[in-house]
Amino acid sequence: MRKFESNVQYIKYMVNKELVKRLLSNTLSDSLESLQDISEKLIPGPKPMTRCCIYKERHIIQERAKLTMKPLEGDNVIKILPEACDECPIDRFVVTEACRGCLGHKCHENCPKDAIIIMNHRAYIDQNKCIECGRCKAVCPFNAISEVQRPCIRSCAINAISMDENRKARIDDEKCVSCGACVYNCPFGAIVDKSYVLDIMKLIKDSENNTKYKVYAVVAPAISSQFTDAKINQVIGGIEKIGFYHAVEAALGADVVAYHEGHEFAETIDERKWMTTSCCPAFVSYMRKNYPDMMSHVSGTVSPMVAIARIIKSTDPTAKVVFIGPCTAKKMEIKLEDIKDAVEYTMTFEELQAIFDAMDINLKEIPESVLDNASYYGRIFARSGGVTDAVTQIIKLEGIDKPFKPTKYDGLADCVKIIKVASMGKLPFNFIEGMACKGGCIGGAASLSHGPKDLGEVDKYGKLSKEENSLDAIRVFDLDSVNLERDYGKNE
Amino acid sequence: MVINVCIGSACHLKGSYDIIKIFEKLIEENKLSEKLSVKASFCLGNCVGAVSVKFDDKVYSVQPDTANEFFESVVREKVC
Repeated sequence: MRKFESNVQYIKYMVNKELVKRLLSNTLSDSLESLQDISEKLIPGPKPMTRCCIYKERHIIQERAKLTMKPLEGDNVIKILPEACDECPIDRFVVTEACRGCLGHKCHENCPKDAIIIMNHRAYIDQNKCIECGRCKAVCPFNAISEVQRPCIRSCAINAISMDENRKARIDDEKCVSCGACVYNCPFGAIVDKSYVLDIMKLIKDSENNTKYKVYAVVAPAISSQFTDAKINQVIGGIEKIGFYHAVEAALGADVVAYHEGHEFAETIDERKWMTTSCCPAFVSYMRKNYPDMMSHVSGTVSPMVAIARIIKSTDPTAKVVFIGPCTAKKMEIKLEDIKDAVEYTMTFEELQAIFDAMDINLKEIPESVLDNASYYGRIFARSGGVTDAVTQIIKLEGIDKPFKPTKYDGLADCVKIIKVASMGKLPFNFIEGMACKGGCIGGAASLSHGPKDLGEVDKYGKLSKEENSLDAIRVFDLDSVNLERDYGKNE
Repeated sequence: MVINVCIGSACHLKGSYDIIKIFEKLIEENKLSEKLSVKASFCLGNCVGAVSVKFDDKVYSVQPDTANEFFESVVREKVC
């Protein structure tokens, strides 16, 4: 069994795996009895795995199973499981043992709410008065005041998470861009991305061995850093074994996007002055929700996933497309009005692993298949800086003579900063690569591995491509017949 | 008529892009563009026989250096 980075991933995986198993053996049901049976199988007891007792653990397993089995409520694929939330009883600022009970009392003097009490030569914070401004911590000469924040709130760069009256986490769907940072960071696994594994398995099953229609898997290049215990070609073999008709590189779509975006830059930059990339759905969502007036600066090129899906569908009108990647925001992207024709479902690498194991597909024993269409430049879209490198390549190859001044930002917090600078018209660049996840897609919330070696893996994988550059990789396609434009104007 | 050339990974690695370019050139040279076109397909289901080329409902195995010959012997008589 492969190792997971955390128990949180493992529990999500266990539930998905069990549900897929039951679907394939025609024993899946959302009856109370069946849910109980699932939870007792996964939490056999008598000792609890991680929580206070097996009854709470089993109840949460049932909630997870229901979320996968039942249609999504509301629009956001990122959901809180209230029972799983630990209501982290955290006071943000606390005076620690390091307090010397000094005479200066800078903490007290600087507190705007008079929340610092000095007792027995030590400072204390009256949490009822504290407004979490942090001035006491900043001025303490002994660094004696600690700051702890709930991991969900800390992980959300756009302040979409708050606490409700019971201290349970709450997501503001109006602000949330579904990047999944909270999903990855909540140590209790209380925030989850809706899983579509069952829908995907049904889609494959109903294709009757790809005779009624064909189900294509579009695989994100971040896969290179995911399944380190098996070769990529074995993973592709495994994907075909699941029942997909054929696996195609999303990176080929990235080659198309690099070409299209390069020319978009050449044609529009004089008028726009600056533009951003559009391949990261969480970044685009951030722009739409916060800067609707600046959408004219966001690239109008579709994402690599949409580009390749539309190309596949142009070659095969019966095609259905499932995207496999490290991204939770893609689950939102495919529902958007102007691109919903492209991709039927998306699944994460975590979920792919669950399907492999539910079907007893042992990657190490799978005969190798191949995955090769894209160029090096398409494949490095998976890491921060890759889009910039790829567009730079196009600008050189196509002899575009506009001054190209790119910059790259990864992690939503940094994206927020640079967009603020851009909105004030003080940008020393004219091309912003924006990626919501730290490190780019390889740091995606639903990545199986967030290791430091991942970056090197992507470049190494890129260099294995047969095609040298994006122009070579896309030279057989008639791109004029494929719609590669976004229409942000529609109401979504 | 349409010549379908597989560009799935296995066929791509064996030179299917080159074959497409060869066919496109032959069609242009022979002024056949009104009767014949080349289309790329992701996987024609015959990865062992890469590069797979489908023409007139039959799947053939073609290599970049046999593409000219294939065009002359199989395609030309059906089109002309």
